[in-house]
Amino acid sequence: MSETSALVELDRCTKVYRVGSFGSKRLTAVRDVAFDLRAGEVVSLIGESGSGKSTIGRMILRLSPITSGAIRFKGEDISGLRGASLKEYHRHAQGVFQDPFSSYNPIYKADRVFKLVRDAYFPSVGSGEWTRKVAGVLDAVSLDPSQVLHRYPHQLSGGQLQRLLVARALLLDIDFLVADEIISMLDASTRIDVLNLLGELKEQGLGILFITHDLSLGNYISDRTVILRRGEIVEMGATQKVFGDPRHAYTRMLLASVPQLRHKWEEHGNGRAAEAGAIVDGEGSVLVEVERDHLVRTEGAS
Amino acid sequence: MSLAVDDLRVYYRTLHGDVRAVDGVTFDIADGEIMGLAGESGCGKSSLGNSLVYLTGRMRFVGGSVELDGAPLPIWDFEAMNRHRFKEISVIPQYAMSALNPTRKIGAMTADLLGSRGIHYKHLAHEFVRRLELVGLSEEVLGMYPMELSGGMKQRAVMVISTLLDPSLLIADEITSALDVSTQKAVAEMLVEFRDRGFVKSMIVITHDMSILYQVADTILVMYAGHLVEKAPAGVIIDSPRHPYTRLLISSLPEVGVRYAERRLHGIPGTPPALLNPPEGCRFRDRCPLASAKCAHTPPFVEIGDGHRVACWEAAA
Repeated sequence: MSETSALVELDRCTKVYRVGSFGSKRLTAVRDVAFDLRAGEVVSLIGESGSGKSTIGRMILRLSPITSGAIRFKGEDISGLRGASLKEYHRHAQGVFQDPFSSYNPIYKADRVFKLVRDAYFPSVGSGEWTRKVAGVLDAVSLDPSQVLHRYPHQLSGGQLQRLLVARALLLDIDFLVADEIISMLDASTRIDVLNLLGELKEQGLGILFITHDLSLGNYISDRTVILRRGEIVEMGATQKVFGDPRHAYTRMLLASVPQLRHKWEEHGNGRAAEAGAIVDGEGSVLVEVERDHLVRTEGAS
Repeated sequence: MSLAVDDLRVYYRTLHGDVRAVDGVTFDIADGEIMGLAGESGCGKSSLGNSLVYLTGRMRFVGGSVELDGAPLPIWDFEAMNRHRFKEISVIPQYAMSALNPTRKIGAMTADLLGSRGIHYKHLAHEFVRRLELVGLSEEVLGMYPMELSGGMKQRAVMVISTLLDPSLLIADEITSALDVSTQKAVAEMLVEFRDRGFVKSMIVITHDMSILYQVADTILVMYAGHLVEKAPAGVIIDSPRHPYTRLLISSLPEVGVRYAERRLHGIPGTPPALLNPPEGCRFRDRCPLASAKCAHTPPFVEIGDGHRVACWEAAA
C-alpha cells in the first residue's frame, strides 16, 4: 500500500463505543479500517448513516481516541501526542464539519474564528502582517473581505460561513483537511463552488479526506474512494474503478439507488432485492486486490 | 383539475415589514399529477406548501384564491380549514420523523387522530394494517412507541397515516432529505405507488433535490425568491429548461460520471434577494447573464409550449 510516502496512514483502526447503562454494552463503530492518503489527493469516504465515516474523521483529528490500531501522520503515530506536540499536529491537520451555522458562536462576529487562531498559534505576528495573511486566505477561498469581515454569522450565507471555516483552516500551515459533509447543508447553486474550492486546494498539494453520503459528489471530486458499511471497508480504490466497475454487491446497490438526472431508477432493473440478499456480513472476511488499486471484501464479490 | 391556485400571496409578518415568501403564484395540478416543487432554501417552496394546509400565526394571507376539485379552499380561515385538512388535503411534514407523538403508541395515536375527525378507528383499522403491510411494516407497529421505530420506519408510518382518508391532494415536504440513499429510493417509489393505487389523487412533492424529482414527478415547478420561474414536464425541465435560472441550476448539479478533473461545473454567482422589500421586476436579474432593461418589470408566467410555462422576458420572446 505504501509505495510512495503516505501523508496519513490508517493501520487497522478500530473504535469501540461503550453504550447502555454504565457502558455495559459495546458497539463497534469502526472495525479494522486501513487506508492511506497522499499529499495532493482527495480520498472520499462514502457510507450511509451509522457506517462510521464521521468517527474515522474524528479519530484522525484526535477528537476521539482510537480503541486499537494506529494512525500515522507523515510516518509518526499521532495517538500518543499530548500538549504542545498535539497542538503542533493541529497546525498541520484541520477539519471542517457539516453544519456551518452551529460552528459559530452567534453572539460574536464570524471573523472571531480567525482571532482565536491568532491567539493560539500566532501570538507574535503583528497586526499588519496578520491582516495580509487573512486577506490572502480569504482570496484563496474566493471571499470578498468587505462582505464577510465584521459581520455576525446570521448576516452571512451558509456558503460564506463554510468558506470562512476553510479559510480559518488555511491560516495554519495545513497539509491535511478533513471535510466532513461540508456541503450537504448548502444550496445547489453554491455547493459546487465549495466543491471546486476543494479541487483547487488539492491541486496546491493539500491532502483532503472528503466524507460524504452523496455518491455523485464523491465521484466528482475524489481521486480515490473508500466505501464503508457498518464500520468496515467493503470496497476501495481509484474512483473510476470503484464507480465504473463496482465489484461488491453493496456498492452496486448504493449506486443503483442514487437518484440521477436523465436516468430513471427503473432502467437499472429490479436487481436491488436480489443483490442486497447477496451481501454477507463479513466476520473474518478480508479485502482482496482484484486489480491494481481496487480492493474488494471477499464475500459478496463476484 | 385537482388544484387551481390563482395569484396567491402569503407574507410573513415581521417588525420590519412583510417578507414576501409567496408573491403572486399561479399554477394548477391535474388529477393524478405528481408535481415536484423545487428551489433553494428560502425561495418560498415550503411556505407555499404550508399555506395550502396550515397558515401559522406569523403567516398572513394577502390575496389570491385556491380551488380544490372545483370548490374554493378557505385557506385564510384557520377554523374552516379543519373540515378539509386530513380528509381532502393532507401533508407529510418536513420532519416527519418527529411528527409522531412520543407518548402514544402508533395505533392509539391514529385512533385519536381519526376520532378528531369524527371517524371511528374500527372502520379503518383493517385498511390501516393493510397499508402498513404494503410499505413493509407489520401489524406489531400499532403497539409500538415512535422511539421503537427507526427513522425510515417512522417516515413510512407517517406516510400511511397522512393518506389514510384518501385525500385529494397530498403535500410531501422534503420527506427524503434526511434519509440514506437506499431508504430514500424506497420512500420515493412509495409516493408513486400511493398515487397509482389511488390513495391520493394528486401530490406536491417539495424538495431541493432535482434528481429525486426526475425519478418521481410528472411535472416540476421551479421557484425562486417567492416567484414562480418555470413549470414543465419533468423531462423537459431537466433536458431543455428555458429560464436562465433553471438552466444554470441544472448545469451545476454533479451527476455520477461527471468528474472535477475532466469537466468543471460552475455554481451561480451571487445570492437571492432578501424578501423583505424585494426589488421590483424579475428577482433573478442580479444574477442573470441575460438580464436587460426589460427585466425591471416583472415577467408574466406564460405558456411557451405544451404544459411548459416560464416567467422570463428573454425565454418567452
